[in-house]
Amino acid sequence: MKVAITSTGTTKDAQMDLRFGRAQYFIIADTQTGEFEAVPNSQNLNAAQGAGIQSAQTVAKQGAEAVITGHVGPKAFRTLAAAGIKIYLVDNLTVEEAIERLKKGELTITSTADVESHWA
Amino acid sequence: MIISIASGKGGTGKTTVSVNLALSLAEPVQLLDCDVEEPNCHVFLEPVINQVNKVTVPVPRVDSQRCNGCGKCSELCQFNALAALKDSVLIFEELCHGCSGCWLVCPEKALTETSREVGVVETGTADELGFTQGRLQIGQVLAVPVIHAVKNHINFEQINIIDAPPGTSCPVIAAVQNSDYVILVTEPTAFGLNDLILAVEMVRKLKLSFGVVINQADIGDQRVREYCQNENIDILLEIPHDRRIAEAYSRGQMAIEVVPELRTKLTELFESISGQVKKKSDRTS
Amino acid sequence: MKELVVISGKGGTGKTSVVAALAVLTDAHVLADCDVDAADLHLVLNGHQQECHDFQAGREAIIRQEDCVCCGGCLAYCRFDAIKKCPSEQGGFTFAIDPVSCEGCGVCVHFCPVQAIDFPEKICGQWFISQTPHGPLVHARLGVAEENSGRLVTLVRQQSQKIAEEKNLDLIVIDGPPGIGCPVIAATTGASMVLVVSEPTLAAIHDLKRVVQLTSHFKIPTAVCVNKYDINPELTDTVETYCREQSLPLLGKIPYDRAVTQAQLAGKSVVEHSQGPAARSIKQICSELQKLLDE
Repeated sequence: MKVAITSTGTTKDAQMDLRFGRAQYFIIADTQTGEFEAVPNSQNLNAAQGAGIQSAQTVAKQGAEAVITGHVGPKAFRTLAAAGIKIYLVDNLTVEEAIERLKKGELTITSTADVESHWA
Repeated sequence: MIISIASGKGGTGKTTVSVNLALSLAEPVQLLDCDVEEPNCHVFLEPVINQVNKVTVPVPRVDSQRCNGCGKCSELCQFNALAALKDSVLIFEELCHGCSGCWLVCPEKALTETSREVGVVETGTADELGFTQGRLQIGQVLAVPVIHAVKNHINFEQINIIDAPPGTSCPVIAAVQNSDYVILVTEPTAFGLNDLILAVEMVRKLKLSFGVVINQADIGDQRVREYCQNENIDILLEIPHDRRIAEAYSRGQMAIEVVPELRTKLTELFESISGQVKKKSDRTS
Repeated sequence: MKELVVISGKGGTGKTSVVAALAVLTDAHVLADCDVDAADLHLVLNGHQQECHDFQAGREAIIRQEDCVCCGGCLAYCRFDAIKKCPSEQGGFTFAIDPVSCEGCGVCVHFCPVQAIDFPEKICGQWFISQTPHGPLVHARLGVAEENSGRLVTLVRQQSQKIAEEKNLDLIVIDGPPGIGCPVIAATTGASMVLVVSEPTLAAIHDLKRVVQLTSHFKIPTAVCVNKYDINPELTDTVETYCREQSLPLLGKIPYDRAVTQAQLAGKSVVEHSQGPAARSIKQICSELQKLLDE
């Protein structure tokens, strides 16, 4: 399955970026084939509101079926849920660690936004 | 005639001047409270409200059957109010500014215009005074449409006094624009001067005639007076700090009731403004 | 890292004076002035500006007159009355966009049949970092007649959070904007605590209720203090009763004290300038605040 992981860098050993809307990169990884691609999120770094919505659209366009990130606000949550994308929230991990934990079934799906709507 | 009362800094006495000026005038007057986030004139005037109208803004509505997820709406939207997904679009009404771009651009005619409420306008009377106030719904961000809705009640046959919000940004502009005259209320302190300079910049940008009222005129120093002199700005009135006025204000009572001399001063202030406005309109016509 | 935002609902109750005093009384913090429309905090904190940056947000539409064919389509599309049709010297008409009214929506840009409308990014103001004797201060100035206050407020908050992280500081004290709209929402969402500075007047009590509705809507812990309480002791009681009913901690009551204005005129906070009743009361409120923040 294709999963999007928010990241601070473009490689597998990069630390995850725990923000979803303003993550620096999305790593799109295929858990079966091992392929991965780094998609920069530059449009959103300075965006005003709605960064989470934009990020959700980006990962949906990439065909991701799941997202691993640190925090998700209500608008991003709503958009991901509408796109049928599963959301996993984790603490500080590297991209590789996050993928491994997902493959081992150690992550749980989040059913609500975990942070309030914010303009940050 | 339309006279707006504004200030850069909050709490300088806009509402005090607005309501007391309105009640000091003999001619038919309407008071329009455009501080729609925190309208306060009603506290002093205790109006009888006889009409409440909702203020709505346009928002898109999607017909999912027609939507093919092309994303053109989302691309156009400058406010991120639309999220285009595979075969549908999500609408975030709270981000929408009502520009209509999305439903105009949709090639499938899947988006249509509907509306949502952001506040109300209440109209009525307070004795002889016509009264209109706007009230933004808590949690809403679009104050400007509510302010425009209040100003739709301007009666060009009367004297209209507009109580503007504090500051210098969009809602204030919406309240004061197209006024015949703006009264900037300030206080003789560091904050008062700092914010007066910003307010003066604003009215000059809008090319509106204006003058200054210094409230609590004896609690500070000369910096505001010096600034006005240097900038050739009319100081229309100085109201000294008076505990009677502060206490009356706290109770929701009119200042002119406890300090009757103020009524005369406000009438004179109005005459001065009125004269200036007539002169200007004679010059331009 | 905790964020304390001081707001008032109604303007002029003494927010900035209280924040300046808190800046002096608390340690290890960053200061932020989110009243970007009328920023005053720097006037009493003796700051020295170190950095100045442009604030860019949104866009504005500008018609390239040389390419405009005067079809009037843009005017028909604009929902914000930002486009004016003026008679031109040559006898026809020209169309121009009023930058004050332009909302930056891009509709006219998109639909202009000859692509004669430019849509550049807009510089709406500036933000600054100053050093003060009480910590770094992030502040800003929104351009006059600009929109996007909420975005600039958010930027000021983000920058102060960044400095707090970099310097390992635990507390951000924020001077908030008046009202209940966009800038206040931006200043308060996600904050650890809000302190409402109220006063015993009917107007302020009306506004206190609206602002408390806002902070509870966004689920932010809220405390209250009353400034100039002796102007109307009866209404001070009303505020106290309201706080009790709403389970809001009332941290203290500050008496009317000319020292507050005198301190401001001297460019200082009241607790530096005076040992009088207002200064003492604010010190007490500050210690109550710290207890709440530590919880």
